[in-house]
Amino acid sequence: MLKLETIQDSLQTPIIEVDELTARFGDNTIFEGVSFQVNRGEILVILGGSGCGKSTLLKHMVGLIQPAGGKVILSGIDMRTDAAEELRLVKMGMGVLFQSGALFGSMTLAENVGLPLQEYTDLSPREIQDIVKMKLALVNLAGYENHLPEEISGGMKKRAGLARAMALDPHVLFFDEPSAGLDPISAAELDILIKSINAGLGTTMVVVTHELESISSIAHRIIMLDKNARGIIAQGDPRELKDHSPDPRVADFFNRRPGTGHQPKRN
Amino acid sequence: MKKRAVTPLPYSIEVAGEKGKEVVFSLGGRIALENLRSLNSGVQARLQEMAPAKLTVDLSRVEYLDSAGALVLLKLQQAARTRSLDFQFANIPATVRGIMDLLDREDLAAPPLIKDRDATNLVEELGGGAKRFTEDLVQVTTFLGELLRALAYALLHPRSVRWNDVASYMKRAGMDGLPIVSLISFLLGLILAFMSSLQLKQFGANVYVAPLLAIAVVKELGPIMTAILVAGRSGSAFAAEIGTMKVNEEVDALITMGFDPIRFLALPKVLAAMVVVPLLTLYADICGIAGGLVVGVLGLDLTAYTYLQDTRTSLTILDIVPSLIKAGVFALLIAGIGCQRGFQVRGGAEAVGTATTSAVVAALFLIIVTDSAFALAFHYLGI
Repeated sequence: MLKLETIQDSLQTPIIEVDELTARFGDNTIFEGVSFQVNRGEILVILGGSGCGKSTLLKHMVGLIQPAGGKVILSGIDMRTDAAEELRLVKMGMGVLFQSGALFGSMTLAENVGLPLQEYTDLSPREIQDIVKMKLALVNLAGYENHLPEEISGGMKKRAGLARAMALDPHVLFFDEPSAGLDPISAAELDILIKSINAGLGTTMVVVTHELESISSIAHRIIMLDKNARGIIAQGDPRELKDHSPDPRVADFFNRRPGTGHQPKRN
Repeated sequence: MKKRAVTPLPYSIEVAGEKGKEVVFSLGGRIALENLRSLNSGVQARLQEMAPAKLTVDLSRVEYLDSAGALVLLKLQQAARTRSLDFQFANIPATVRGIMDLLDREDLAAPPLIKDRDATNLVEELGGGAKRFTEDLVQVTTFLGELLRALAYALLHPRSVRWNDVASYMKRAGMDGLPIVSLISFLLGLILAFMSSLQLKQFGANVYVAPLLAIAVVKELGPIMTAILVAGRSGSAFAAEIGTMKVNEEVDALITMGFDPIRFLALPKVLAAMVVVPLLTLYADICGIAGGLVVGVLGLDLTAYTYLQDTRTSLTILDIVPSLIKAGVFALLIAGIGCQRGFQVRGGAEAVGTATTSAVVAALFLIIVTDSAFALAFHYLGI
């Protein structure tokens, strides 16, 4: 049987390895041969213009889509595996924050956050309640345990979604467009929260976004996808890339210049 | 899902010191979620046993701490405080400190802003129920009024109706429902004829099976069974469709574009239902009688001609037309309540489900109540 040691053993190796990953819908190839690694404890931002496949890449990494080619290895386990026990371990070790929070509308925030704890642990209701309270406090939602998702604002929904994603203290957190649809202040608050959780708990984070402010504030490292190149066109430190990238596509993105070749002008 | 905790990695609690005096708990290994249960009880038990006057918790041997583990430490601190002990953490590694700083002790004690939702008493429940019922009645009446106005407008301005939509709903509510309507009414006619023949045989009254079945099916069973099927198939679909549009703000979009959502969304459905339900009813009547015919021919030694002749003489146009009018009214109620429940949706997926259920239940209720009213009215009108 697989034990937690497997995950612990991989402490030294990168927590996620994406190897020659190819995504294809029918005849439409989104990207091809994408390889990169995510190191333990870092915040990696995946960015690129609309339609470059960054959300698709994220869905491959969390196992929502099976790859057309290549593989994703999370905590030493190949995501293509059929072994239920392995998949359970992987799922326990990761959390995903979806774009709109994806809270279950019929459950209170406490029930939303408590759900993974109920299913994956043998804790008593009292202990679950304590942990739920702590997680909600962690995302600055102390006191909101009996609220329903429809009774709170968009920013709060995302934070509650983050609390649910963190319920089992995962090693990796995935964020799909965390600041989309938020006002600048809520977005900045969420960025601060992401940074403080990363610093405090050492959780590895993979963030998909195209918000420049978010990128410069949270990213330790970025990888940039491009629609036409069907793959990665740049990776590294965002501050470095912004000013010194030789690739005009990268410089255009960071300096908000409409493309020199992205969308040809029609006459 | 099967609950099975992952094989936990070990943790340890070492106790040093003298009972009732200075005590040191030294924690080591994984202070984490998967160990939480035994950790909590272990720490509390040792606290109970040693009953220290001064407690130091040494964290130098901690290899891994997560936020659930940090919670155990804070709980221990709290417990020590309530016993008014001299308490301190010692040798806190930097990573552990980072996590402990993340937890805000005041927030952890914050009471819920909304108290328990289930804490209502019987009187409150009753009052709330009555209030909701009254509000619902007002809303349904208002909606019915608006719907009738839209219907009247449509009669005066037939070109304003979206006939393509009407045709598509006629297909979905009518034609697509033919198989189930055939099956149910045929079998119902068969069973009814069979059961009544068993009774009537004892009195040699076999010949009355055909008239009995004809009148029962045409006057009551045909319209009611059809209405119930349409409520289940189409009333629910209308509520779910409009409800989902409401959730996706599509209804709001219609309003801002200057369309009347009732005329745009509800009217085609109601018109379609009012056309197809009487037709389906007529069809159900025929299937029911066909079911009776099978029993008559195979079980009662009647010829098909006699059976049909008996059926024909027992029915008049005054039996058939009112039952079709009744079916039309059922259609108005089923489609109307389906749309109204759809427009009532607020919130998300669960609200759509509630609206769909409520549309079917309310439609069934209205069908039975209206049917009783029709029975009384027809009786006194002498039809």
